[in-house]
Formats: sequence, C-alpha cells, structure tokens
Amino acid sequence: MARVSRRQILTAGAATGGGLLLGWHLDAQARVLGAAAKATPSVFAPNAFIRIGTDGRITLIMSQVEMGQGTYTSMPMLLAEELEVGLDQVRLEHAPPDDKLYANPLFGDQETGASTSVRVFYEPLRRAGATARTMLVAAAAATWKVDPASCQAQKGVVTHSPTGRTLTYGALADKAAKLPVPAQVSLKDPKDFKLIGTSAKRLDTPAKVNGTAQYGIDVRLPGMKIATVAASPVVGGKVASLDDSKAKAIKGVRQIVRLDDVVAVVADHMWAAKQGLAALDIRWDDGPNATVRIADVVQGLAAATQSPGVVARKEGDAAAALANAPTKMEAVYQVPFLAHAAMEPINCTVHVRPDRCEVWTGSQVLSRAQATAAKVTGLPLDKVVVHNHYLGGGFGRRLEHDYVTQAVRIAKHVDGPVKVVWTREEDIQHDVFRPYYYDRLAAGVDARGQPIAWMHRLAGPAILARYLPAAFRDGIDPDGLDGAVHLVYDIPAIQVEFVRHEEPVLNTGFWRGVGVTHNTFVIESFIDELAAAAKQDPVAYRRALLGKSPRARAVLDVAAQAAGWGGPLPAGHGRGVSLLYSGWGSYLAQVAEVAVSKSGEVRVHRIVCAVDCGTVVNPDTVKAQIEGGIIFGISGALYGEVTLKNGRVQQSNFNDVRVLRINETPAIEVYLMPNGEAPGGIGEPGTAVTAPAVANAVFAATGKRIRTLPLERHLRSA
Amino acid sequence: MVTLKINGKSHKVDASPEMPLLWVLRDLLGMNGTKFGCGVALCGACTVHLDGIPRRACVMPVGAAVGHAITTIEAIGATPVGKKVQQAWLDLEVIQCGYCQSGQIMAAAALLAKIPAPTDTDIDQAMSGNICRCGTYPRIREAIKLAAQTPSTDKRGA
Repeated sequence: MARVSRRQILTAGAATGGGLLLGWHLDAQARVLGAAAKATPSVFAPNAFIRIGTDGRITLIMSQVEMGQGTYTSMPMLLAEELEVGLDQVRLEHAPPDDKLYANPLFGDQETGASTSVRVFYEPLRRAGATARTMLVAAAAATWKVDPASCQAQKGVVTHSPTGRTLTYGALADKAAKLPVPAQVSLKDPKDFKLIGTSAKRLDTPAKVNGTAQYGIDVRLPGMKIATVAASPVVGGKVASLDDSKAKAIKGVRQIVRLDDVVAVVADHMWAAKQGLAALDIRWDDGPNATVRIADVVQGLAAATQSPGVVARKEGDAAAALANAPTKMEAVYQVPFLAHAAMEPINCTVHVRPDRCEVWTGSQVLSRAQATAAKVTGLPLDKVVVHNHYLGGGFGRRLEHDYVTQAVRIAKHVDGPVKVVWTREEDIQHDVFRPYYYDRLAAGVDARGQPIAWMHRLAGPAILARYLPAAFRDGIDPDGLDGAVHLVYDIPAIQVEFVRHEEPVLNTGFWRGVGVTHNTFVIESFIDELAAAAKQDPVAYRRALLGKSPRARAVLDVAAQAAGWGGPLPAGHGRGVSLLYSGWGSYLAQVAEVAVSKSGEVRVHRIVCAVDCGTVVNPDTVKAQIEGGIIFGISGALYGEVTLKNGRVQQSNFNDVRVLRINETPAIEVYLMPNGEAPGGIGEPGTAVTAPAVANAVFAATGKRIRTLPLERHLRSA
Repeated sequence: MVTLKINGKSHKVDASPEMPLLWVLRDLLGMNGTKFGCGVALCGACTVHLDGIPRRACVMPVGAAVGHAITTIEAIGATPVGKKVQQAWLDLEVIQCGYCQSGQIMAAAALLAKIPAPTDTDIDQAMSGNICRCGTYPRIREAIKLAAQTPSTDKRGA
C-alpha cells in the first residue's frame, strides 16, 4: 500500500465544512447553465468532497476534471468504497476553483494532469469517504444508544446488526452534521474492497452517447455572442494595421475587437464570425521572430549540447569509464515540436460585468483560470466565478490558461457574454507545443557488448521554470528529465545532464507523456542500438541489465511472451521492444510489430503492452488509457511534427496534422499485472512507451535506425 | 428563412442558404450534440444523417438540406439501429472524452443501417473519416460488431 504521507491534505479536507458549493449537477435534467448555487435544505458535509442531504441525496464533488481519462469514475469509486454507497446512488458535481480545498498535493494548486489523480488522491479520498461513514455510523449508534462497533454501513444504510434496525444516510445527515469530525478513521482492508479493483461502469458516458454531455464549447447563455479570433501568426508579433470594413458589412457580425496581438470578430453565430474573420485585412508586425525557420531552432539546440549541462543523475564516473571503454558508441536523437489537436477546439466563454466576471470553459487548471480572469479584469478573486465542463480532450493543452486570458481580454470590450471559439487552424497554429528536444547519447561497452558507461545530455526548454517555478531547482527541470534520470538498467557509471535552452519562437508546454515521452524514445532506441551492436537479442539484452529491477523484468517477460517474441514474421515485418519506468511509478513493456512498404510507409500491425501500475482502481479504465495512449503515441511517432517558416507554424488542420485513423489502427493487447504496490500513473505511459517500440520495430524490419521523429518522413530520407 | 425537417420536427430558421448546417444546428437551434471539430470535413465530429446518409454538417450548406430528413445525435437513439449502437458503446465502454463520439455513433448507425453485418473492411471504409484523439478505435470496431449481433427489439428493423 501507499506509504507516502499525505496527512496535510487529509487534515485540510476533513476540517473544512461543505459551505455553499458552486457547480453544476451533471444529471440530464439540471441543464440550466450558471444557475449553479444550490442549497440543499440541510446537509452533512464533513469535507469538501461529500455532501449528503436530509433528502438522502449523496453528492460527490469532483476536484479533478474529466477529459476522457475516467477520473469521474475512479474518484467516485475511492469515495464510495469507504463511504459504503453504490455508484448508482451518487450524483457528481464539478468542483469550483479552490486551491485550499482541492489542491493537487504534488503541485500545490488545483490541477488535473501528469497522470496524478489516482496516485495522489488514492488515500485522501478514501479517508474522506471513511470519515463520513464513521460519522454516519456514530450518529446511528447514538440514536439507538448502542456501540458503533455493533453497527454496519452498506449501500447508504446503517444497520444495527444484533437487532436489525436500520437508518438511511439521509435520515442520519442532520445528526451526523452535529458530530465532531474525527481526527483518525480506519480505512478498509483492501481484501474487503467492493468497488476498487472492479471494472465499474463509467458515470460520464451515458450523457456522451446521446449528445447531452456539456463541453465548454456547448455553453449557451441569454444574449451570448460568438467570437472567433486571429492572433499574431508569429510569437511576439502585433497588429500593425487593420481594415475591418468588409467584415463589419457581413450580416450577423456585431463588433470587431482589436487588441495588441489579436483581432476578434464578434457575431451572432460562428458562421458570421468565421466569414468576418476571412474578410479582415490585417497587417502584422511580426516582431523579432519574423524570419525564424525550424533549422534555426535545431541549430540553437545542437550548439547548446556542445557544453556540459547540469548533472541530474550521477553514478560512478561515467566520463572516465567512457574514456577507458574498449568500444564507444555515440548518437544524436531529436524529437520535433508537436501539436495536441484535441478534438474540441479551444474555446472559452466570458461575461465581464463591472463587479463580477464569469467564465465557462473546460480547464485542467481551474484556479489558474480564475486567477488570470481576476488579473485581466482587476476584480478580486472572489468576484470571479469559473464554471468547469467536460473537456473534449486535454492531453496537456488545457493545463495552459492562455485562452482564458485571451477570452477575458476580448470580453472586456463586449457588452454581455461572449463565447470565443478558435477555428481548428487557430487551435493548431496557436497551440502550446511539445518542445523540440535534442539529445546526445554516449555509451562505453565492454568486450562482451555490455554497457559500462552511459552519458545522456539533453537540451530543451525548462517548462517547469515557467509553469511551476518552485519545482525548478538547481537548474534541473524534473519534467524534462523525467524518465531519463530513472534509467533502470544496471550500468555501473551513469551521467544524465540537462542543458536548458529556451527557443522563444513558439510557446511550449506539456504534451501527453511530457518528458517521459521524449526520454523513453531516446533511451530505448539507444539501448536497442547497443543490443544490435553487440549482436544480441533486444529483449535478452535488456533483461540481463534488469537484475535490480524485478518489476521491470516482469513486465518485459510478459510482453515478450504474449507477443511471441522471436517467432517467425512475414517478410518486411519487424518487432521492436521498449521498456518504461519514470516518476509516474508505473512499469510498462511493449512489443510493436510493424510492416514497412518499399516506399517507406510504416504500418503498425500489432501492439502488445504489459502494465504494472501497482494497485489498480478500475482495470477497464486502465486498459482504455493504455489503448488510447498507444494510439496517440503512434500518431506522434509516425507523423507528428510542427514546423516553422518565417516564424509561422506551417501546419493548420487535420490534412497536415496527420493523426491515426481507425483503418490504420493496430490490434492492441494490454496485459495488466495488478499488485499491492502504490498506484502508478496511467494516463500518459501508454503514449510514452510507444515511439521507441515502433522505431525499434522499423529497425528490425529495415535495418535503418531512425533517430529523429517523425519516423515516416525520416525513414524516407534515410 | 429556410424550413428544415430535423428529427421529425419542422424548424424555421433565419439563415442564408450557404450557412453550414453545423452552425444552424448549434448556434441557431441550440442543438449542441453535433460537434465542431475541423470545419472542413476532415474529422467527422459533425456527422449527421441526411435521409439516412452520413454527411458532414460543417461543409453542408443548409440550403442543400431543405426538403431532406435530417437526423442528429439527439434523436438517433429513437431508431432501432441507433439505440443498439448507443447501447454497444456503453456496454464496451468505448467512450473517453466523448467529443468525437456523436459523429462516431452517427457514422456507425448509418453503416449498420446499410450493412447489418459489416466486415472489418466495411468498418474501415465507413469509419475512417471520423477522428478520435483519445484512441477509442479498437473499441469502436468491437462495439459495431456487438451492435451488429444484437437482435433488434423493434421488428421494424433499421
């Protein structure tokens, strides 16, 4: 079980009353937008996550947002398990922004990201449920004047076992609310779990099959206008001049808002806004990045890796071991800028009034959304209300609040509410991109081909220095280095260095799998190179280096066996393997089978993935995340690339941001290996482990080692 | 003014004939189940049926929809095949973020109405225009097969 102390958040959670919570009820009946404040006549709210009304209504408040990863099922499972209620008895409510009540303990603010929700809330939410259950049982015992130990809670009912008397949670709510919140409660023994570990049905999907689920883009308010925007196509550019006469003449266009770096067309509907946007004549002053090309970025990064970086991991003396090694191998790896391209284009609805600002959107960072709206409007934080929605994909894009800032800036000039919707082209070209990384690898190998020295120097921006400065210490970006410093292979001398190199020509941020996606590609490709140079089997080579990591060895064995590693393959096919371990705490091994056509087209036929993420809350959700993560990873590995010319992003829509389609999707087999270890992250590892397995399979099929992504383009020029 | 027949009901809307059906549905009629994904018929998120045929509402001028029966995700569950597809989607937990799934379900319902027992190739052909970034494709494929095997509770068929 998890042994990490999370007492600080438990205390905060348990000591705070429910208060009047804002948010929407997610059942289909309650669709009145904004009419959020709902006072139940009398409630028992022992912490910020649970509210039980005297009417028996049980409401669970979701601090972590739902973007497809299943958190609106896994978080309720944790609460309901210990509260002793069925998932069919609860209603869910989006939490409002509140860092005091809902901070993600890893980050200190209310964030859903980095594959952390189950990891960090596994114990706190169980404790929140257990606290409520303990108080309800105590209230029943006091009513009957019996020992609480003789009472049992089940399905929202407390039973006095010796006499068979029962009271529902609703009937006990008033009395329980008057009891002191216990400082200590006991959690269930995992062997008694009824929900945790089961593939409970998702709570968010019934509304998603019939069109009633509300995403940010579905907000409708009385008098609302719809706007679409053109922001400077070059980072740092400004509007030099604007002729909006033609746009204003279009029926339905109401207003043009010109700001420093963006022009918005405000209209009655999106069609008018889009036509208006197309009719604008904007001259841009492109600013300092006017002539930037992708080659300039690569050159800058390459030059940066000529100098040593900050040492993030050091074991033994890698430099000396490398110098003395009989054989030395070196390689340079590169990964490109990537767009997220979530299916729901970026949007945010804002109503600015003199004394109040309301924001409706889908965000992974509610308190940041609230703070930026307060800053832009000059209003105090408590005058800014943020209504969160289902997210039509996050993948890290909605960890940024740039679009909230922009929408509030625009809304300040609009009378009444305005929904700002980006076109797909705007969404692609003004993404906050996965950074370009440039890595230098060197290994010393002994006469038997075994590695005796490992040097990994990576160059790229420090996203955390911008995003979470407190986490950027001693020049080390734990995100950029995630996975690289976790190298599990038993090599006597290891040195991992980080060279911070900012390329402010594009805004860069988190992309599914973050540093691990980049580093796993590099590490697992290079270890494959060592195996090939040693003329050894890639699985056997890795396995021999995993003596100190039994969990890594176990997933590797399961994946290799399930994939039929070593078995015959048709001509032109190849198998590749990869292994992942990182700060997420999960172990994955993957085998990819690909076919490469004569023209260099790569087709992934089959993926086998073994997953040890410790304790599993919902096995079906874990499988779904791995399946989806793999498909996201294949899109990125084969095709993903954002390039620059004259400072402008050259891609614009799904014609040139190619993503995998159903007819290109391989057979995927996921093998879960649950155990009693602490829960590991699962939203991102499936993506991170995929590119190297595919690249290694391409090598097996063609003999070509592709060290720069995307694979298809570089394979064709290899 | 154009008059549209949507989900069996008649709607009068003040729209120019070239306005895409997508924005008529979403912004004029408040039928938000049909989604905006790309605006240029590359992703399928806006798929609706016109006389049972799947069409991309983002590039369909509303004038071209006049006189045809338009069906959207809000009403597909009222058809036997649509209901089977929705149930299969829930039974196999296809959905993640769900944003593309209105379009996926509309495309799948049209496929099954035309080909009650589709092969993998049929599924590829009918569904490859619908992008899902969450990567639910393997489950979409299985759910279509499950729906195909589910007997209709309604004898009228699809």
